[in-house]
Amino acid sequence: MSVSAHEASRPARGLHIDLKTAGPLLALILLCVLGYLLNPAFLNEGNITNLLTRSAFIGIIAVGATFVITAGGIDLSVGSMAAFIAGVMIIVMNWAIDSMGVSIWTVLLGVGCSLILGLGAGFINGFLTTKAKIEAFIVTLGTMGIYRSLVTYFADGGTLSLASDARAIYRPIYYDSVLNIPIPVWVFIFVAIIGWVLMNRTAFGRYCMAIGSNEHVARYSAIKVDRVRTATYMLQGLCVSLATIIYVPRLGSASAATGVLWELEAIAAVIIGGTMLKGGFGRVGGTVIGALILTAIGNILNLTEIISNYLNGAVQGVIIVAAVYLQRGSFMAGRKKPAAEK
Amino acid sequence: MAGKGLDAPVILAARRVSKSFGEIPVLFSIDFDIRPGEVHAIIGENGAGKSTLIKILSGLEQPTSGSIVYDGAPVVLPPNGEAEAMGIVVIHQELNLAEHLTVADSIFLGRELTRNGFLRIRQMREAAAAILDTLHVHVDPDARINTLSVADKQMVEIAKAISRDARVLIMDEPTAVLSVAETETLFAQIRRLTAKGVAVIFISHKLDEIMELADRVTVLRDGQLIATVDTESLTPDSIAQMMVGRELSNLYPPKREPDVDAPVVLSVSGLSAPGITDIAFDLRRGEILGFAGLIGSGRTAVAEALVGLNKREGGTVVVHGSARDFADVSQSIDAKLAYLTKDRKGKGLLLNTGLQPNLTLLTLRKHLKGIFLDGGSEAKALERAVRRFDIRARDASVRVGQLSGGNQQKLMLGKIMESEPEIIILDEPTRGIDVGTKQQIYHIIAALANEGKAIILISSEMQEVIGLSHRVVVMREGRLAGVLEGAEIAEAEIMRYAAGIKQGGEDERISA
Repeated sequence: MSVSAHEASRPARGLHIDLKTAGPLLALILLCVLGYLLNPAFLNEGNITNLLTRSAFIGIIAVGATFVITAGGIDLSVGSMAAFIAGVMIIVMNWAIDSMGVSIWTVLLGVGCSLILGLGAGFINGFLTTKAKIEAFIVTLGTMGIYRSLVTYFADGGTLSLASDARAIYRPIYYDSVLNIPIPVWVFIFVAIIGWVLMNRTAFGRYCMAIGSNEHVARYSAIKVDRVRTATYMLQGLCVSLATIIYVPRLGSASAATGVLWELEAIAAVIIGGTMLKGGFGRVGGTVIGALILTAIGNILNLTEIISNYLNGAVQGVIIVAAVYLQRGSFMAGRKKPAAEK
Repeated sequence: MAGKGLDAPVILAARRVSKSFGEIPVLFSIDFDIRPGEVHAIIGENGAGKSTLIKILSGLEQPTSGSIVYDGAPVVLPPNGEAEAMGIVVIHQELNLAEHLTVADSIFLGRELTRNGFLRIRQMREAAAAILDTLHVHVDPDARINTLSVADKQMVEIAKAISRDARVLIMDEPTAVLSVAETETLFAQIRRLTAKGVAVIFISHKLDEIMELADRVTVLRDGQLIATVDTESLTPDSIAQMMVGRELSNLYPPKREPDVDAPVVLSVSGLSAPGITDIAFDLRRGEILGFAGLIGSGRTAVAEALVGLNKREGGTVVVHGSARDFADVSQSIDAKLAYLTKDRKGKGLLLNTGLQPNLTLLTLRKHLKGIFLDGGSEAKALERAVRRFDIRARDASVRVGQLSGGNQQKLMLGKIMESEPEIIILDEPTRGIDVGTKQQIYHIIAALANEGKAIILISSEMQEVIGLSHRVVVMREGRLAGVLEGAEIAEAEIMRYAAGIKQGGEDERISA
């Protein structure tokens, strides 16, 4: 019965991936068909572009969340972090205009500021969970509150607005297209590809899965658990920062209401995509599809009148629960058979 | 008590029971029976079908054909452990206790005494104390499970079984994690139960235990019933032979004379860490240094302090001539010092993952092309390890959790050997695996030493330490109790040091 491992792994693995990716992808296709049947305008080029652009924010953040969750963590602070970063970006850019006048450098300063804040905020989350040994849920619940109230404080309870001359320079990052594809979608594609490669083709991704699956085993296998964990939070922070960079030019403002519930949407996208909430198994491709599904639901409800748009959250909730239920079912089926051995 | 012993009527029996999972048959027409007051051992190599048989006997699996007879009448046992209510109780190898509950809570879990919907905590505590008392177990009913030793946890499981009026008690390798003394207590307990007419089905890999405890032995091999025989007519050798179907004369490979002039590759002095004090020993190239002692005597703590898994509080460790203080495993691996954990399920392997990622996890850096993983190189490593260590899996896509204990152990051995270590610390390398695989692993260990690797062998199986080691360190309560060499390496002598009857003498021996 001793099988040469090599040859046997090929066909089995191909089949494996097919079955697992098929679920969310199938759901997305069904959703698109449904959307088209309800309102043919759903598949208009304009609407598709709009849908993809909208999904970019949550999608980019969710790619980062895939790593955090795969490594057995959770980050609840991403929505507040986005609002905080957006707020500080706007303050810094407005200040730069006052002191140095407006130029492309104003925007680049804002972008640099965003990247540093994102990585820094991620590092703080990672440091507190690994070195101070506080549960990720608690740490990020805390930082979530801190960032949210800081942005409210900066805006003095109102709205922070980017000076209009800077907006003019910054605007194209959200509204322009390259090769007919909006820039935010390019960023999303770029982040998703890098994320996929990182997860599936590098030691870092393998380490994330190992840590999420059993931290002890990881430690005994010479993996620097704390360092890898912290890196996942920093990656998450980087993704939030990228999402914020393309989000700010959309409205040119930030307020206490910016990014509310993004953390839950990001986690939902990750879970719908087939990553396990308890860690150990992550799928970046699934996450991308999950983000598209969530955005498509809202979009379809906007285009039809059968269900009120106010029920968007309810429909999303049903989809999340159903997705996890279906995945659980397939896992059980997979687990039944092996009990045979021994 | 009437109706017990060998002439009593059979209480539980399997009649021509077969079982297959899908296409794969795992049991072929097995006959098995047990009488009240009897200890009936089931033995066989891993994968022989022992676990499947006890699952069928306890209702966790239904037979594909054949029938179960309980109290003289054919029955279909209810699934999911509901057979407990009928008096058939299983104590699994991985004890099923909720770590944060108290002992009393655990004993009454699922059958709490209540009045008007409220728990009768005092009554339950008293009842628990009474049961523990009849077992002569000194465990506080209010103690939390996670504060107990493995042996005490097992006693709680037994108390739980008794409180359920078990008539048939099935124990799956209960002694795998027990020390010699704890095993004796367990056996005394089992004898007390059988005296009361409880039938005990007992699975173990340890032949001497079976000889001591069992009235009858059923041997399974590859899902076939080989024989059911009275223990009196058996010797450990004849059982072992029946299990593997071949001669086992050379369970331990011949010992090569140790080379006293070989360079010292690891020198430890004054090592202190949580659980251990003032440990000192030398290890030479090509030497197998056994570490014996009771469970909890600090042997694992020494290993973990050496490789950087535990903080060191004092002492020096000289590896290949330079003093080292490893902060984590990656540093000790870089210094060619590898540690094989005894906890293969909790700390050694990712059970939900396949063979390949497990094998290469420790040495993933070797399989990088630039920054990318090289799947082909990983697959080759697996092929090599499968060949070298004879790892048997149905196919490479199976999750490691589904492999037998022996194959898991071989995979883990392959994993640490991937790092090409010069010094190898093996912690209980044959725990809970069958005789055939044990023999393979013994030969692998001896071969590694012959190649010039230096090996520390931590084991609670004294025979193993004696059969393989050139020198033996005996530990007791976190300290080094003695170092034995040559003819001194014998069971009685090790026991004297381990139990604290004999002390010291290590200093002059270490320098020898």
